[in-house]
Amino acid sequence: MSNYVEMWKELGMDLENHDNLCQVLPTAFGDVFLSQQNRPQGMAFWDMVVAEIHGIRPAELIEAQKQGRKVFGTFCVYVPDEVVIAANGIVTGLCGGSQFWVPGGEKVLPKATCPLIKASVGARLDRTCPFFRIADMYVGETTCDGKKKAWEILGQDVPMHIMDLPQMKRPQDLDKWTAEIAAFAKAVEELTGNKITVESLNEAIRVINEKRKALARVYAARKAANLPISGKDVLLLTQIAFFDDPVRCAQMCNKLADELEQRIKDEVSVFPKGTKRLLVSGTPLAIPNWKLHHIIETSGAAVVCEEMCTGTRYFENLVDETQTTLEGQFRALAERYMKTNCACFTPNTGRIDDIIRYVKEYKADGVIDVNLKFCCLYDTEGYQVEKALKEAGIPVLGLETDYTDADAEQLRTRIGAFVEML
Amino acid sequence: MGSQSYYIGVDIGSTCTKTIVLDTEGQLHKYYTQPTGWSSADTADSVKERLSQEGVSLEDSLCVATGYGRVSVPFANKTVTEITCHARGASWLYGSGDITVIDVGGQDTKIIAIQKSRVVDFMMNDKCSAGTGRFLDVMANSLGVRQAELCELAAQGGGVSISSMCTVFAESEVIGLIGRGEARENIAYAVIDSIVKKVASQARRLINPGAKVCLTGGLCNFAYIHTALERELQTPVLSEKRGQYAGAIGAALLAKEL
Repeated sequence: MSNYVEMWKELGMDLENHDNLCQVLPTAFGDVFLSQQNRPQGMAFWDMVVAEIHGIRPAELIEAQKQGRKVFGTFCVYVPDEVVIAANGIVTGLCGGSQFWVPGGEKVLPKATCPLIKASVGARLDRTCPFFRIADMYVGETTCDGKKKAWEILGQDVPMHIMDLPQMKRPQDLDKWTAEIAAFAKAVEELTGNKITVESLNEAIRVINEKRKALARVYAARKAANLPISGKDVLLLTQIAFFDDPVRCAQMCNKLADELEQRIKDEVSVFPKGTKRLLVSGTPLAIPNWKLHHIIETSGAAVVCEEMCTGTRYFENLVDETQTTLEGQFRALAERYMKTNCACFTPNTGRIDDIIRYVKEYKADGVIDVNLKFCCLYDTEGYQVEKALKEAGIPVLGLETDYTDADAEQLRTRIGAFVEML
Repeated sequence: MGSQSYYIGVDIGSTCTKTIVLDTEGQLHKYYTQPTGWSSADTADSVKERLSQEGVSLEDSLCVATGYGRVSVPFANKTVTEITCHARGASWLYGSGDITVIDVGGQDTKIIAIQKSRVVDFMMNDKCSAGTGRFLDVMANSLGVRQAELCELAAQGGGVSISSMCTVFAESEVIGLIGRGEARENIAYAVIDSIVKKVASQARRLINPGAKVCLTGGLCNFAYIHTALERELQTPVLSEKRGQYAGAIGAALLAKEL
């Protein structure tokens, strides 16, 4: 990532500190990904993107800004990309998946905060994430207490728009979320200087729906008895989907899906016969957090599906494309996003139904329900998830972990024992 | 085959390494323990040496390694996690049927639910060392006694409790009690009470009605812990002196199936 030093300098980044990250990432990526056998050729695109993760895409974003476009940094799958795209804006994910950024966050946040929040805040305050330097506005939401308070700290440093997500799914909550989306649209129009029209919003809805369908095609290939792709590779492309141009993301996913579907016909598998199939559910795995998948896939099992924000929650359910008024479109958006089942809602039984459905669809032998340390919501919901799965006769292992490698061997023992049990 | 062949189970735990040798009939031939020390690899070497002294030829035998040092045993034919091995070993020691195994080891505590010799569910403590053998070790050092003595003292004590769940804070609490002039047997009682409560609260999540509850791991050697656990769980807990070998026995039984 050495060709981008000038760009990083202009972004006001802490180059010396950022160098430390640039040095470890290629080794980590090589150990986890390039050591795999018989990977699909289509993964070459994502290998290239990750090799220059702080280079290629940031350079594109800066180029777009020069042409007057605005970049919106988001943290959560409830924030509707469509609204931003309809105003000719760009959505990008932000850094938050490495221990590298955690100490920076701990300077201002309590230690007992989840590593995703600590890393995000640390990446911004320590100036070691180009996406956090580039974005013209950050869009937060009220999905957990840790985030709500973190926005107040981040907001002193960057312009923020906060969307107030309801935490129940009653009719009045849907009305409220529709109004929140309308208010967000207004904020986006103000910053971009562009009007959102029925036509532009419908086109944006179509673009994002196409991206969702493409991701769904890749995931569908994992339902095959012969797994044409590893869980690690699908996790990687899902993580990068948060940062990429949505049209290109759909193209690349469709191209990969073509290859995977051919592999299924040719009975090509990246795992030996009899490898146990696991579904992983729980809190998101932000790039470059590959720890859990790596341990699972080097312990005699394969990950066949992620019931996560970096997984099915990102692409399940499409937005209705037939609306003819902005009000109708905002409502259609609200309806789609409110179908996503996050532990911040009460009750959240839909998530358990999702997991049980995925176990059947992806023919999983068992479920690993994982939560990031100090995520009170997913940790507490874990009790209900485990109980329901056990009642349904589905083996489940509950795990709690963070971004450090300190517990890697303990996780390996638990996961190894779970696989032996299946 | 030149000499007699055997099935060997080696369980390299954080504190203690257990070796089990079964003959071709599956009968117990040899068993012994040694401290794990600093290096699992060195320990594995010394296990090998001891086996050769005992006339057990590795070339003619099959070996399964388990425990946290399982990857450091070059002569093992296979490695299996301690959960699976403890389940097999416990079924061998305590009979088949529904069993809930409580294994208190040096650095972790495992609760394993077994049906028909198979693991159906398990849980392990997290990174915290409270409720493990390490906790006992640290507290015995604070009181200046050996672990066995601490357990004997505890049987005569009572009336004091430690509230801290964390080993480090609990140690400060114990030092505070010593400073206050509390009787040693009462402090010892509080230490064991703390371990037993922690272990029991984990175990209650997995104990099925009708399942036999049994204890394995290093703490089997201490009668008072067994008594205190029965009292806390209000159910009979099976324990025996070879309970410490459950993991190694399971490993040897799995070697027999190779």
